[in-house]
Amino acid sequence: MSKKRFTLPNWAAYLINAALFAAFIIGGNAVLSSGALPSFITKVAMLIGIQVIAAVSLNISTGYLGQLPLGHAGFMAVGAYASAIFMTRTGIPAQLAFPLGIVIGAAVAGLFGVLIGIPALRLKGDYLAIITLGFGEIIRVVLLNIDSVLGFKLTNGAAGLQGIPKTTTFVNAWLMVGLTCFLIHTFMKSRHGRAVLSIRENEIAAESCGINITYYKTLAFSLSAAFAGAAGALYAGYLGILNPSNFGFMKSIEILVMVVLGGMGSMAGSIVAAIVLTAAPEALRAFDDYRMIVYSLLLIATMIFKPSGLLGRYDFSMKRIIEKCVNGELFASFRRGRGKGAEEA
Amino acid sequence: MNKLVKEPSYNLIPERDLGKTPILECRRIGIDFGGLSAVDEFTIAIGRTEICGIIGPNGAGKTTIFNLLTNVYRPTRGSILVNGVDTLGMTTDEVNRRGVARTFQNIRLFKDLTVEENVLIGLHNSMNYSVASSMLRLPKYWKQEKEARERVRELLHIFHMENMTAQQAGSLPYGAQRRLEIVRSLATNPGILLLDEPAAGMNPSETAELMETIRKIRDEFHIAIMLIEHDMKLVMGICEGIAVLNYGRIIAKGTPDEIRNNPVVIEAYLGKEDE
Repeated sequence: MSKKRFTLPNWAAYLINAALFAAFIIGGNAVLSSGALPSFITKVAMLIGIQVIAAVSLNISTGYLGQLPLGHAGFMAVGAYASAIFMTRTGIPAQLAFPLGIVIGAAVAGLFGVLIGIPALRLKGDYLAIITLGFGEIIRVVLLNIDSVLGFKLTNGAAGLQGIPKTTTFVNAWLMVGLTCFLIHTFMKSRHGRAVLSIRENEIAAESCGINITYYKTLAFSLSAAFAGAAGALYAGYLGILNPSNFGFMKSIEILVMVVLGGMGSMAGSIVAAIVLTAAPEALRAFDDYRMIVYSLLLIATMIFKPSGLLGRYDFSMKRIIEKCVNGELFASFRRGRGKGAEEA
Repeated sequence: MNKLVKEPSYNLIPERDLGKTPILECRRIGIDFGGLSAVDEFTIAIGRTEICGIIGPNGAGKTTIFNLLTNVYRPTRGSILVNGVDTLGMTTDEVNRRGVARTFQNIRLFKDLTVEENVLIGLHNSMNYSVASSMLRLPKYWKQEKEARERVRELLHIFHMENMTAQQAGSLPYGAQRRLEIVRSLATNPGILLLDEPAAGMNPSETAELMETIRKIRDEFHIAIMLIEHDMKLVMGICEGIAVLNYGRIIAKGTPDEIRNNPVVIEAYLGKEDE
């Protein structure tokens, strides 16, 4: 203890993380485009990216804010339709319309998050779950029927919104994953993120510490919705055709399962669970019929054996790992038994 | 803003702080829960650096008063002035930003967060960088975070907790949890600190330590302290003014010596002697 611990400067940590991420994108792209793997692997990789964004964004309101919304797919639908309508209706070339579409999808979904969050967040626990479930369904039903009821030619109802340019690629999907994780991480490690955590921990104490809980609940909720909207926009560019049935209640549950399984409040957990739960059914094609059974069994097993999720509230930090390596204490926590709680990243 | 209140005539200790606005003033506040009036005609004014105690038997309405002062409950009658400003209609967090910080009878820490994070949450409003500057890590973020972390270290140092920075708040020993709650409320930079039974569950030596701590808070932070306590040694030892509450009403006000010998107080605590 007498020797001064080595700490990695922040700029170096950011640089290392950025370099590793860039290596992952470039390497992944090189492998996928080399033709060594079957082409559906690329599709799966994109889908995984989209699911990761959805799971990580739900983790804001579930893991960090401590609420249980059940309408996350609704926000994805809003983002997907907003960006798809923007891309198909404006004459802007797809290469430019796509990034704009993601921003628009995120913004519109974020707005919906505010609108739904203000009434919904007055409630707690199961009441909030039911009200968000209702909102998620309303969004889906509105998308299904708005054309025939109001005579628009916007969503094309059950026939599906067709002709969306398939602009999602491995690179832009995963760049978006990186951006999402970065923004959520930097948000959480700030006074705003701590305010959100304090609401999860103890609302009354948070209030008496001068934290405007209504503001921060709504902020976290709409941030969660906005990133879900971005995931939806990528999903639109991935599918090329949108149908309201893509965003049903089961989709919300699917995302929630990822978050709960990975560990509520752990971004790394959400990412791992999203990867596993998206890749596994694809890898076990023949197993696909039993997917929901496996889901349920997985959930039951996790809740029995590790109620806090696979990673609990542990969050991966390259900085911490490097520091531990240099200080020669990488496995110290294993030797001591259980390690200490998650530190600052 | 800062409307001055004329002649705080019901100061607990009139010779102190005379002529200044009291940090906290209650004017005949009362609250009814259904047909029961839990607090009534509660009138008190607390000077800038006064330590004042509220005592009374169980169920006398002491914690209700704290909840009224922090706008957890809205008073049915009367008004509360913090720094000369009426707090009517403010939310609890606004009242805190006006300068009222409190601790809780049953400790309410952010248990799964570290000691440092707990105090940083208290410092929330002393930073003002926006969501965008946190997400994009703009220079303002780095500067204010660094200052805040230094402030945390200072505060924890004052309360001998600097070596617990990275520990989980929920895993701290009981006394340290109580201290951390005080540190966290002090971090919000209050003008008055409300302590709800700070010595509950402490042994005599811890209580003695706590008395020193409370005095230190007043002397180093120059703030007023209002405390609810059952431990008479503590109350009599550090309070400059005491209000005794029974059935929601103040039955006596004065210095510790006056309270000690007040027949009404003795009656409330020990019952009436038979004729």
